[in-house]
Amino acid sequence: MNMIQAINSAMDVMMDRDPAVIVMGEDVGYFGGVFRATAGLQAKYGKTRVFDTPITECGIIGVAVGMGAYGLRPVPEIQFADYIYPALDQLVSEAARLRYRSAGEFIAPITVRSPFGGGIFGGQTHSQSPEGIFTHVSGIKTVIPSTPYDAKGLLIAAIEDNDPTLFFEPKRIYNGPFDGHWDRPTQNWSQHPAGAVPEGYYKIPLGKANVVREGEALTILVYGTMVHVASAVVADAGVDAEIIDLRTLVPLDIETIEASVKKTGRCMIIHEATRTGGFGAELSALVQERCFYHLEAPIERVTGFDTPYPHSLEWAYFPGPVRIGEALKKVMKD
Amino acid sequence: MPSDRPGANLPPLSLYVPEPRFRPGDTVDFTEVPVPPAGQARRPDTAEPASAFTDLAYDLVRVLDADGQAVGPWNPRLSPDTLRAMLRSMVTVRAFDERMFRAQRQGKTSFYMKCTGEEAVAVSAAFALDRDDMCFPSYRQQGLLIARGWSLVDMMNQIYSNKGDRLQGKQLPIMYSVRDASFFSISGNLTTQYPQAVGWAMASAAKGDTRIAAAWCGEGSTAEGDFHSACTFASVYRAPVIFNVVNNQWAISSFSGFAGAEATTFAARAIGYGIAGLRVDGNDALAVYAATAWAAERARTNQGPTLIEHFTYRVEGHSTSDDPGQYRSAGEASAWPLGDPVTRLKDHLIAIGEWDEERHIAQDKEIAEMVRAAQKEAEANGILGHGLHQPLDSLFDGVFEEMPWHLREQQAQMLAEETASGRPWARK
Ligand SMILES: Cc1ncc(C[n+]2csc(CCOP(=O)(O)OP(=O)(O)O)c2C)c(N)n1
Repeated sequence: MNMIQAINSAMDVMMDRDPAVIVMGEDVGYFGGVFRATAGLQAKYGKTRVFDTPITECGIIGVAVGMGAYGLRPVPEIQFADYIYPALDQLVSEAARLRYRSAGEFIAPITVRSPFGGGIFGGQTHSQSPEGIFTHVSGIKTVIPSTPYDAKGLLIAAIEDNDPTLFFEPKRIYNGPFDGHWDRPTQNWSQHPAGAVPEGYYKIPLGKANVVREGEALTILVYGTMVHVASAVVADAGVDAEIIDLRTLVPLDIETIEASVKKTGRCMIIHEATRTGGFGAELSALVQERCFYHLEAPIERVTGFDTPYPHSLEWAYFPGPVRIGEALKKVMKD
Repeated sequence: MPSDRPGANLPPLSLYVPEPRFRPGDTVDFTEVPVPPAGQARRPDTAEPASAFTDLAYDLVRVLDADGQAVGPWNPRLSPDTLRAMLRSMVTVRAFDERMFRAQRQGKTSFYMKCTGEEAVAVSAAFALDRDDMCFPSYRQQGLLIARGWSLVDMMNQIYSNKGDRLQGKQLPIMYSVRDASFFSISGNLTTQYPQAVGWAMASAAKGDTRIAAAWCGEGSTAEGDFHSACTFASVYRAPVIFNVVNNQWAISSFSGFAGAEATTFAARAIGYGIAGLRVDGNDALAVYAATAWAAERARTNQGPTLIEHFTYRVEGHSTSDDPGQYRSAGEASAWPLGDPVTRLKDHLIAIGEWDEERHIAQDKEIAEMVRAAQKEAEANGILGHGLHQPLDSLFDGVFEEMPWHLREQQAQMLAEETASGRPWARK
């Protein structure tokens, strides 16, 4: 399966198991979503469980909050993560706080799916990575898969979870892992072990990172598309790096991070989102606080630049093999 | 401006900024506010399409006439017992507001908001809805809880953030949440409850339930995007929801003109969405009841949403933090042409021989006493700022269903800080 099919399968499994699960969003019903992630679900589960919505993101999330309070488990889709901002207030002030402010009387068990990240020539309105905005908010979970296998298991866990969850789908790797070399053909998920996705139910717990490569020389903290880019750079450079795919940013698997950095003594953090105040800053602070005396070099952050995503210059923006390679040399120096 | 600019010889544009008719010191004259006679507005069948109600979005549904008689097709013909119960709830709301306002002035809590002059809006709606219809209120619908017989002590505990507060002191006073009374958790962010009510109503419909939802917001808040998103959603899916716009003329210090009142009515907002819109005399308890019952019947029979504008007046300040004397004429409240909702319902009951002044005075006294007793009971649980009423570690409860490590760490840090500070905050 590719990642879209895995995500589709997760919703299918959950809709089949739990009549409270409903899917809604712009174009998700009859058409099955612009990325086809919800294809076939309306035909199978009917129009009252899978339906198109008006183009109002604050409406979509607000309605989902109300449905969640009623007892449903809505899985709203925001067509591109760039369009989540009109719904920001409903997510930040409402969904994220409903349990807290009502002392548990009402909850918002919603899972907001949204394709995010660049590398598809989407320009500034189809490329952003807004995860750092939401990790800053108390009461909301943030999940980012990097493979079809993880996407299905994590999405099932997110839908079952009673807290509001953002599920950001790295759209650059919907069809196959991407090594960061934009001018090379992309691999297909069918040639990758994580493309083997079981049909039925399984889940990957939120808050558990995945060590995708064990190593002794350096710890690399990544998620989403950058997992594959980092892996390719490490393979080319021949560095014995430990690569940790965080999978969920909130809750974060601090134990795995801490144990790894204490073992390797070096840490590099990579994300596509802009640098200032990004989630990498939080990771860097955590590693510094917890592993300072084990560090043999300053922590390196590799990120997108603090600009909007430039359409024609997107590969200059993208933290690709060159930028990561330079940072790798720096952090491995002496 | 350079004179060689193309079009420089055209007459200049000017920007219009609305201004309320009266400011402090002005004499109030409301004769220009159209007040059609009671009983005049027609009452269409609930099965009529929304377009059949267009004129009603510009009219004013009124039932109680100047002689205290209930007249016209909207007369809900309520039993004297129901009318007395409604009056009792409205009087209780007013007494509760008085008491809690004073408690805030005495420093027992941080904040309070009255609904003086608007009691009929929430109380009559509560009587017209079923008790398990979910209400998504704004902050001036305490009448819903009181009419639903909810505990005054519980409400006061919340206002005092004391140890009896079921919300663990996590919310601003008056931002109640009472699931047992089908009263949704109030948000301080205006109008966010509107799409949420639609979502709840849609879920109820999708589940084949029989319960409907109702939402309230002020006329000022109709400018928020959430209001329009909610109207679109409700219209598209024919959600069984009632939108109540409480037009009390003022949004803090901004008059209703800044929400568009000079151009059209708030009920007319419904027309563009294909929703049925009704404009009612919000100070007429029977009109509010009739409109709500009518809208509820439409919702329950899958005819879809109704938007009701309650034309009323906010007699008191916006909240305890507000001084209305700074921005409006002192004469407005007394000159308001639709009178006082409590007095009008009382006069009606007297006019039909089901009530009298003596009983009313006795009831006022009895209710004042009841509210006072409730206050005493609530204050036995503590008042805001006097000691720690919630277990300190509850500060971290409810952010997530299960507490993740970073919150556990921060909780441990807070407890260590508190222990080290030597503050006399006993942990429960
Ligand atoms: C999103 C948002 N913006 C601004 C405020 C600040 N605020 C609180 S009440 C209020 C006025 C609301 O007026 P209206 O909707 O007419 O309701 P009323 O108070 O008259 O009942 C404002 C501006 C807020 N709470 N939320």
